[in-house]
Amino acid sequence: MAPVSTRAELSQAVAVRRWSRPATVTTAGAALAVAVLAALPYLAGTGVTQALVTLFVLVSMAVLWNLLAGYAGMVSFGQQAYLGIGAYLVWLVSSKTGLSPFLAIVAAAAGSAVAGVPIFALIRRLAGGYFAVATWVVAECLFLYVTNQLWLGGGTGVGLQQLSGMAPVLRNAYTYWTALGLTVVIVAGVYLLVRSRFGLDSRAVHDDRAAAAAMGVEVPRTRWLAYLIAAAGFGAVGGMLIISTLYTDPATVFNVNYSADMLFMVVIGGLGTMEGPIIGAVIFFAVQEKFAASGVWYLVAIGAVAIVVVLAAPGGLWGLASRRGWELLPVGYRTRAAEEKP
Amino acid sequence: MTWVNDVVQGIFLGGAYALTAIGLSLMFGVMRLVNLAHGDLAVCGTYLATTVMAMFGVPLWVALLIMVPLAFLLGAVLQLSLFDRALASGPTAPLLVTFGLSVIIENLLQQIYSANTRGVPAGNLDVAAVHLGALVLPWLAMLKLILATAVIGGLSLLLQHTGWGRRVRATSDDLAIARLQGIRVRPLFASVTGIAIAAAALAGTLNAVTTGVYPALGALTLIFAFEAVIIGGLGSLWGTLVGGMLLGVTQVVVSQVSVPYATLASQLLFLAVLAVRPQGLFGSAQAVGG
Repeated sequence: MAPVSTRAELSQAVAVRRWSRPATVTTAGAALAVAVLAALPYLAGTGVTQALVTLFVLVSMAVLWNLLAGYAGMVSFGQQAYLGIGAYLVWLVSSKTGLSPFLAIVAAAAGSAVAGVPIFALIRRLAGGYFAVATWVVAECLFLYVTNQLWLGGGTGVGLQQLSGMAPVLRNAYTYWTALGLTVVIVAGVYLLVRSRFGLDSRAVHDDRAAAAAMGVEVPRTRWLAYLIAAAGFGAVGGMLIISTLYTDPATVFNVNYSADMLFMVVIGGLGTMEGPIIGAVIFFAVQEKFAASGVWYLVAIGAVAIVVVLAAPGGLWGLASRRGWELLPVGYRTRAAEEKP
Repeated sequence: MTWVNDVVQGIFLGGAYALTAIGLSLMFGVMRLVNLAHGDLAVCGTYLATTVMAMFGVPLWVALLIMVPLAFLLGAVLQLSLFDRALASGPTAPLLVTFGLSVIIENLLQQIYSANTRGVPAGNLDVAAVHLGALVLPWLAMLKLILATAVIGGLSLLLQHTGWGRRVRATSDDLAIARLQGIRVRPLFASVTGIAIAAAALAGTLNAVTTGVYPALGALTLIFAFEAVIIGGLGSLWGTLVGGMLLGVTQVVVSQVSVPYATLASQLLFLAVLAVRPQGLFGSAQAVGG
């Protein structure tokens, strides 16, 4: 190959591809699946749609947690802080202003991002385990604060009065569509984000902060942006939680078990991949639906599987699959030397 | 005079926090491992002690004599089987593995013992106290403070003056060079984790004499231990004792003003230290990594 010195010469010498045929099939399939799912309230009973709302929430949480831990290198065990902020904001905004709770989700997302600014300022200098536990302490502080605030319902929590009065069929359908829409926005948003310049930066920060900084990546800004985007996303998911259960209380919504679920889904599916968290969420959902009635043994088993995955197959299930070159949602660049011209 | 008593009670409470936190501090100092299952392992030790008491009908101190060596073994086995591998698998693996372990332990305990609070019978140890005027000196709290001081003092002596201590310090300074010098790192790490878990289990059991024990207690135990370590400064064992005391004094003094906000106040103290001096009172800046 001839020496390359300009961009034009480079594009002649190397073929760069970001897309693949399986990716086209996946995206088309996903669009079709979303269309079918959107029609589901007309076709299936509320049992099915309510279960799917749970699945959508799990997928959203896994994809957002992976944005932080898998792409930006910030393992957090405190994202339940934003679930709580979002849930209480939906309650607060809809009960004080009369706004529909479904629309109040937007306010929950915005409010969570705003709350994330001072929180991130507090913990931004920490790395690794210190970051993880410090975020958890922040969530504990919010839990203790809300528990002692009577205007926020104290320890007993708050109910969404507006939706309780709505016809159940309508309410279930709207809840389902909102959850589906939110999940599509989160998955597509994170996917586009990871494919952008920001995605490259954040993966560089994840792999090696010092090296990324030396290559000109604005490390603090990348971490800040990833954290706030995730905060907004988790706030919206928290709003979804209170809408789907019509009720929230501090001990439930600020529970660290949410972080455990996120970790298990992402690790088993594949940390730092686009496909992995979605697969992990589907597996987690299936196991939970099947075994949750017989106690918490399923959590013990999932925890054990997650530990084995971390130690023996760090790429998770999707990591094993992509060793065969599979790529359904490509985020990287593939280069191939162009054929030499005679 | 009451505020003097409050501060004294806070210092005693700090002794309890410090005794729980020593292991976390030691494991971080030697292996750079943040063990998120630390609190759950302490709770595990408590359940083990109550089970021994119930099975053999022995008093608490006999159960402790049986449980503490078992906790040491458990720590050593965990280090050899899980933590060593986790440490070798990159920076996030130890976090994911120890957090996963924490969830496993909590749910196992819940399946075996139910989610209810279980008492630790200890005769009248939880109420016995010496009265000096307005000052109340509870025996159990004094015992925990003395134990915390003794464990930290003993560890410091061991680290400074024995061959084991020299090997631990060398490994902590530079793992690769220590290996080159012929130090067998795996048994060394196993002994460190064994000591850490044994101390945590002892602390957990003594704390449960007053408060009782339940499976979900591990999370709060970890948070308080972690805060004591960070406030005191990473890698400093005496710092951990001071950190625990600051937490304890804050909690007791605030509870005189408003009981519901006592726990929140100690969490906010921790966040304030993070904001102002993330390396803690006696720690070095690079340890936290930011």
